Amino acid sequence: MRFSDEPQAGESLPILPGHCSPGRFERVLRAGHFAVTAEIAPPDSADPAEVYSRALDFDGFVDAINATDGSGANCHMSSMGICALLTRRGYAMILQMSCRDRNRIAMQGDVLGAAAMGVANILCLTGDGVQSGDHPEAKPVFDMDSISALAMVRHLRDDSAFLSGRALSSPPPLFMGAAANPFAPPTDFRPYRLAKKVAAGAQFIQTQYCFDIERLKTFMSKVRDLGLHEKVFILPGVGPLASARSAEWIRSNVAGVHIPDAVIRRLAGAKDQKQEGVDLCIELAQQIREIEGVSGLHLMAYRQEHRIGEIITKSKVLGDRVPWSTQTA
Amino acid sequence: MKAVRNWSVRHARGLHRVYVIIESLLALLDPLLHRIGYQRLDKPMARLESLIKGFFFDSQSCGDCTLGATGMSCPMNCPKTLRNGPCGGVRQDGGCEVKPEMTCVWVKAWEGSQRLEQPEQGLQIIQPPLDARLKGHSSWLRALRLRRGQRQ
Repeated sequence: MRFSDEPQAGESLPILPGHCSPGRFERVLRAGHFAVTAEIAPPDSADPAEVYSRALDFDGFVDAINATDGSGANCHMSSMGICALLTRRGYAMILQMSCRDRNRIAMQGDVLGAAAMGVANILCLTGDGVQSGDHPEAKPVFDMDSISALAMVRHLRDDSAFLSGRALSSPPPLFMGAAANPFAPPTDFRPYRLAKKVAAGAQFIQTQYCFDIERLKTFMSKVRDLGLHEKVFILPGVGPLASARSAEWIRSNVAGVHIPDAVIRRLAGAKDQKQEGVDLCIELAQQIREIEGVSGLHLMAYRQEHRIGEIITKSKVLGDRVPWSTQTA
Repeated sequence: MKAVRNWSVRHARGLHRVYVIIESLLALLDPLLHRIGYQRLDKPMARLESLIKGFFFDSQSCGDCTLGATGMSCPMNCPKTLRNGPCGGVRQDGGCEVKPEMTCVWVKAWEGSQRLEQPEQGLQIIQPPLDARLKGHSSWLRALRLRRGQRQ
């Protein structure tokens, strides 16, 4: 799919009235389409070719690509670096900005730099604790938190000024996002926390992996009661599990991922566990699409990025719509 | 101390009332305190605050107290010092992502706030990022100073 005013790849779209970013992702959502985003795994490398080849797995399947920012507190190529490379090729990027490694001075500078490079979307995250990564001896910064970071980005964009009050000559036109984890305690608090993120400026929400559809439904029903689904685009997260063993490992080692026993039993009982993981992901995607108030899907297929196309095609979540690709640009 | 900290959350309603009383007492004393000079009082007041709040809440003396809005659970005990709510890493048993043996301070804050008269109200306040220069200074005097500034 291409918009009629689509510029040459690598250049920004015109900002439509009522929109705040020059990006395709905001356009797709505001036009009422069911959107798909996916997470790209940054390489442990300084070679741009590795980034470009990884991006091909997403080409023509997703509406925006999240460039993770040291996810799991492990060191990789920066989100900023990935965004710089992929915006040049025309991809719609979501810059992930975690509060773990940078203070407010660095973060505000990055926001301006990202917007200047043509990044239209930003996801403000708290960030995993350093203990979970490969540099547990590092100093955790956490000068900001996800919500104060959202408020900060909105201030930069809407008030055209730094937190200090010093004026910007040109504000960053960003579509702002935040994360939610409906599956972590205190679960009753979670919808209110979402409300707080919306109040702080979040316009889209990507959630943690969903493997428990009932809990997502409960969460979404409270979200609807609070009227939040009319104020923010919600994209629940899904992803294929590679095997029962890997699911067990994720459950006990990756912060905030809730996997019910039934899921692990189902994988363990399958002949081809990898395929079963993909099939489960497809089923979840279809079930999530039916939930009222859901605007899209966020795919996290770590080490299985090559299966994203299959998940999107087989689940038919996009209907006949084919997202932008470098081939059609 | 964990036991006292947990007790404080269980008695959030009463302690919150005590807190409000202290605030209005200080407001009454404000003309006097202002005459003595906030600056001169800062050190002794900070020490007193740290003793009281340290005992009841394991306060970290950040200098910008949010206890009244966080169900009397001090958010500065969060290893990520999150002041706006829990991160997504809270374990299924309510344990902290970073320190699994500790219950998440925001699980406690939620419990505590449920005991207050307007449970979700305080938690919905968007807390600005902390001013790192305030650490070790009196947050009660700061509140008075801010209020005086607003009046003028």
